[in-house]
Amino acid sequence: MIKKRMVAMLLAGGQGTRLGVLTNRTAKPAVPFGGKYRIIDFPLSNCVNSGIDTVGVLTQYEPLELNSYLGNGSAWDLDRTTGGVYVLPPYVSGSTGEWYSGTANAICQNMAFIEQYSPEYVLILSGDHIYKMDYADMLKHHVEKGADATIAVLEVPMEEAHRFGIMNTDGESRIVEFEEKPKHPKSNNASMGIYIFNWPVLRAYLAEDNKDTASAHDFGKNIIPKMLNSGKRMFAYRFKGYWKDVGTVQSLWEANMDLIEEKPELDLNDKEWRIYSRSAILPAHYLGKESSVCRSIITEGCYVDGSVSHSVLFSGANIGEGAVVKDSVVLPGARIGANAVVTKAIIGENAVVGDGAVLGAAPEEGESYDTSLTGDITLVASNTAIRQGARVPAGMIVNQDIIGSKEG
Amino acid sequence: MADKAFGLIYTGSSNMQLRELTYSRSVAAVPFAGRYRCVDFILSNLVNTGITNVGIITQKNYHSLMDHLESGKEWDLHRKRDGLFILPPFVTRDNTGLYRGTVDALRSVLGYIRRSAQRYVILTGSHTIFNTTFDDMLQQHIMTGADITVMYNEENSLNTDEQYDDLRLTMQQNGRVIDLEYNPYRTESRCRSCDVFIMEKTLLEYLIEEAAAHDLLDFTRDILLKKVNDLKIYGWRYGGYVARLESLSEFFRYNMAVLERPVREDLFNPEHPIYTKVKDEAPARYGIDASVKNSLVADGCLVEGTVENSILFRGVHVAKGAAVKNCILMQATEVQSGAELSYVALDKGVLVRKDRRLVGYEGFPIIIRKGSVI
Repeated sequence: MIKKRMVAMLLAGGQGTRLGVLTNRTAKPAVPFGGKYRIIDFPLSNCVNSGIDTVGVLTQYEPLELNSYLGNGSAWDLDRTTGGVYVLPPYVSGSTGEWYSGTANAICQNMAFIEQYSPEYVLILSGDHIYKMDYADMLKHHVEKGADATIAVLEVPMEEAHRFGIMNTDGESRIVEFEEKPKHPKSNNASMGIYIFNWPVLRAYLAEDNKDTASAHDFGKNIIPKMLNSGKRMFAYRFKGYWKDVGTVQSLWEANMDLIEEKPELDLNDKEWRIYSRSAILPAHYLGKESSVCRSIITEGCYVDGSVSHSVLFSGANIGEGAVVKDSVVLPGARIGANAVVTKAIIGENAVVGDGAVLGAAPEEGESYDTSLTGDITLVASNTAIRQGARVPAGMIVNQDIIGSKEG
Repeated sequence: MADKAFGLIYTGSSNMQLRELTYSRSVAAVPFAGRYRCVDFILSNLVNTGITNVGIITQKNYHSLMDHLESGKEWDLHRKRDGLFILPPFVTRDNTGLYRGTVDALRSVLGYIRRSAQRYVILTGSHTIFNTTFDDMLQQHIMTGADITVMYNEENSLNTDEQYDDLRLTMQQNGRVIDLEYNPYRTESRCRSCDVFIMEKTLLEYLIEEAAAHDLLDFTRDILLKKVNDLKIYGWRYGGYVARLESLSEFFRYNMAVLERPVREDLFNPEHPIYTKVKDEAPARYGIDASVKNSLVADGCLVEGTVENSILFRGVHVAKGAAVKNCILMQATEVQSGAELSYVALDKGVLVRKDRRLVGYEGFPIIIRKGSVI
């Protein structure tokens, strides 16, 4: 096998429970984002744009959709003769075999995959962030510093630092201390969950960690602290630019809304750094005679007869006559009926909102339901039908068809 | 059924009536409906029929076509066995390089035709746009025992001003063609060829060799017309929507027709998708002052001004304060603020500067040549 300088391993096993019904049938990295993308398109495109052509994608939760989405990798130019993109599910070897019990364990179980390419470096990525980053520049930094490991960090507001893994560094950006979600953070360098390791060093630590029954087999909890304690050269690589964890309903909605700013921080039209995705085979979108569209992004296959403002429409979304869609995210193939009103909602793939239905209505007095996952964002699961004229209050999760007739 | 046939698309025809549009591209590569090229339709039709062996005969200006087709991957024609074959002219001892007509072109690709393992050939042009599969046509061809089957649709009008490749069929009750007229000044026949012919490949080989030996040049005029009584030619009627890009005004009219729902639904039937080159453009963005009505917009556009009854191809920018009505803006064109356009087609990469006004007329749209700056 031809030697590769650096191989990327993308941790895509996340269940994404905080995304509620959006991840009922799909792994978090396959969740749609930004009109025509899925979350995984960002790390994959970053890899290709950074010159990395060998990517292992580690999956174990609802892998079907992710698998068929990745296909042979040609959408990202990752259908290569040597290298390319590989989906790596857990497997049985001999009489043993187990699920990935942690991020480090997932890599450990796939050592043989990495060994095929005898790489000098391994890049560990996660599949739940939206950002554009040149990993080649990070590698350059890693090599220049003579590091054993490099961790990408982002400056976050001090008051939010307690939600992240914080890297405290010296003047040379060498990491001297790592604190996971500290109550009293000493700095605001948050780990982005992007690591470059010298492969021989990581391999040794993974093998050792795998024998440690007390370990959670997690990079953040086990591998990084162990390496730090034994004095390995670990450096922080400071990233500047747009980066968003889209692990929650609120942050997923926000990240979509960020794209419709007048000058979005994340430029998707950058010809030098394209974000690739598997395109749906659909014609250009059509805006009808009575439609009105502003401050929105709309993609192929959409059909709009109503009014759309401050929203993101995904491929094949259909907005009926007189419908009003505002501050919303309408996922692929969803249909909004005539005269329906949709405010601050995420409408799941192929969901159908009946004519005249109202989503995101102000809650009535005494109405109580669980909004811990959603806040005030109304969430409709994929393939769900909402009856004509139904009323869904703000922040409610609609997980099954609404066909009863409580009101209207 | 499909494993019995291969496709052969002739893209060599030049059409002077498309003027500026075909200065630097073949008719097959003429843009259509926001994100397609003419040839996407016939190619997708063949692929949706299940055909996996397609040859494309190119003549002049085929660079843009090759760039579009690449390896045929988007049409699933990137295969080890069969696949897409681009057949450009080449100079040999008995071949001057440029084809003098369709017979000449077909003769020079006889090698490809002989090597193709399938029994039947579906021979097509590239400037007729429709969405169907050829299963029924092939079945009819076999059932009737025809030598050649010609696909046709019914067209009431005869456009004698800008006539281009107008082949009319007169048939008996059983569908057998008894008369063919080419570019007639007046005709009784409403049945117009869609430029799709099915025959056994051995017959095609024979007809080409025979015609070439007599120095005949054109497949339609010199073979079909002359042999209408010797060969069993049958018509196969197609009832769906057909667009023909015969002239600039027709190019304009048929592009605009895609704004009508029934036309869109016929041409973009989800069961038979139309494949095209994927460009990985971001979704279209609409600004806060955008006002868009009755328009088709492709990915990569940024619309901040007013757009009505128009078609925007990929990567078009309409700035704030610009007004675009009844226009076709091709890939990567830009209309700056205050500019007003009506009945204008901007070819690829045209820039219309601030406050410029361009006004055409429905029957006489203005076409601005590729890369111009106004």
